[in-house]
Amino acid sequence: MALIEARGLTKEFRIFHRREGVAGAFRDLFLRDYKTLTAVNGIDFLVDEGEMVGYIGANGAGKSTTIKMLTGILVPTGGTVVVDGYVPYKDREIYTKRIGVVFGQRSQLWWDIAVIESFKLLRRIYDVPQQEFERRLKMIDDILELSGFLHLPVRKLSLGQRMRCDLAAALLHNPAILFLDEPTIGLDVLAKAKIREFLKEINTEYKTTVILTTHDLGDIEALCPRVAIIDKGKMLYDGSVEGLYSQWGHDKLDDIVKRIYQGQRPQLGFSGTGGDDLVQ
Amino acid sequence: MSNKRRYGEFGACIRNRAMLYIELVRMEFVNNLAYRSSYFTGIFNYTIQIGAYFFLWDAIYTGRKMLGGLNKEEMITYVIVAWVVRSFYFSNLDRRVAVEIRDGKIALELIRPYNYQMVKYARAFGEAIFRVLFFALPAGIAIYLIRPFGLPSWQNGLIFLLTLAGSFMINAQISMIAGFLAFFTQSTSGIYRAKRVIMDLFSGLLLPISFYPAWARDIIKFFPFQAVSYMPNLIYLGKLSGLAALKVVFLQLFWIAVLGLVAIWFWRFAVKHVVIQGG
Repeated sequence: MALIEARGLTKEFRIFHRREGVAGAFRDLFLRDYKTLTAVNGIDFLVDEGEMVGYIGANGAGKSTTIKMLTGILVPTGGTVVVDGYVPYKDREIYTKRIGVVFGQRSQLWWDIAVIESFKLLRRIYDVPQQEFERRLKMIDDILELSGFLHLPVRKLSLGQRMRCDLAAALLHNPAILFLDEPTIGLDVLAKAKIREFLKEINTEYKTTVILTTHDLGDIEALCPRVAIIDKGKMLYDGSVEGLYSQWGHDKLDDIVKRIYQGQRPQLGFSGTGGDDLVQ
Repeated sequence: MSNKRRYGEFGACIRNRAMLYIELVRMEFVNNLAYRSSYFTGIFNYTIQIGAYFFLWDAIYTGRKMLGGLNKEEMITYVIVAWVVRSFYFSNLDRRVAVEIRDGKIALELIRPYNYQMVKYARAFGEAIFRVLFFALPAGIAIYLIRPFGLPSWQNGLIFLLTLAGSFMINAQISMIAGFLAFFTQSTSGIYRAKRVIMDLFSGLLLPISFYPAWARDIIKFFPFQAVSYMPNLIYLGKLSGLAALKVVFLQLFWIAVLGLVAIWFWRFAVKHVVIQGG
């Protein structure tokens, strides 16, 4: 059985549609106009232990919503999801010990206190033994080089420093799965390279399964043998990056993805085999 | 696995959780120490409130001996004790919870292997310890030196201290539930402002419940508010003693249980329907 097993995963949001003008606002008081928005529409997603999967899609395609269902933040409207034997939203308090999550747009560290204090609190939250904690911190520090700013409060860090700390925070308890939602957003070339190197290291060294969403296809090229592409809530492609190249002929990944987002299909004669097929 | 070992693991688990909550209490205490300006404005605020009510009641009692079952001296003691105690049990929990929901930070709480409500109560308790040491105690002593007020008998004093724990918990639970309303309205300030006014009014902080008309008292009876301020104050004043005072403790326990269940139910329902703001 796969480590992550999502089948027919669906999430609908009920959106309150505001009417225009004063009269509209007045009507809204009594009669609300709701619309249903399907953010994720019946996707199947299976990931084995130790895999590193890139999950990409245009803005609003449903990436973050999928990640939020896999991490137990959102309850799916339909379909099933089992990760590591747990149903994420049901078994939240046990399940979340097994995963690490980084939201690139949002720090999970405490804003006003020193980074190291946040780490110590996380040690308590995840019940990491002191020795294990020190060992992990040293391993992380060796690559991400955090020691220079561990004693600063998070609000004084640069974006690159903050992201490195957030990554460290998500990995202190040695999770089986690491979910990264746009971990390289807004970072410079050097910071990106460092984070990629680190992710590669924990994947090979600790067999940590990594799911990452990104808009920077350089992340995919550097890290992920497998890529899943979602658009308007539907899975468009789920297979190897190699498969993408062979389907589309030799091209740049950026161009291929751009064409997929635009709704184009690969030329005939290039369709791959098995799981590499474009999901129609 | 032997039973003994299972209990051992269970014990270790409980111990680890306890350590976490103690750590959170400590962190919140230290955090509060760091914000000096809000501390001094807080002192200023309470001084004005207590001073204003002192002069107000002083004027109201001119030419009268008893109002609402309290004489003037008792009334002034009531006001001082009510406000000093409020400086202890008051917390920013309602705003914290509501803002976390509004800004979508609640997502980061949902990926943690802990009980969200327990974490919030622990932090509110850290804030309360800070408030006892830096607001309530020094304020109480300072006011007593400037204008001595009545002290309770030692029996009533002990039960009074016991009820303060209940005041803290009930206020925190009501704040929690008020904060959860942000799941449904997606606006926050209206909720906790309304909650604070209702709390101050019906807990007996602004006006002893005995001053309300009979029909209003009959309604207030069915709510937990007066167990926060009015009833503990009556114990302090000696208006409720012995068995009647102990009954207040049990009434508080009853409300803590009811509000606890409501909060848990509310949380489970809300989390299922959660819409995370900002993608």
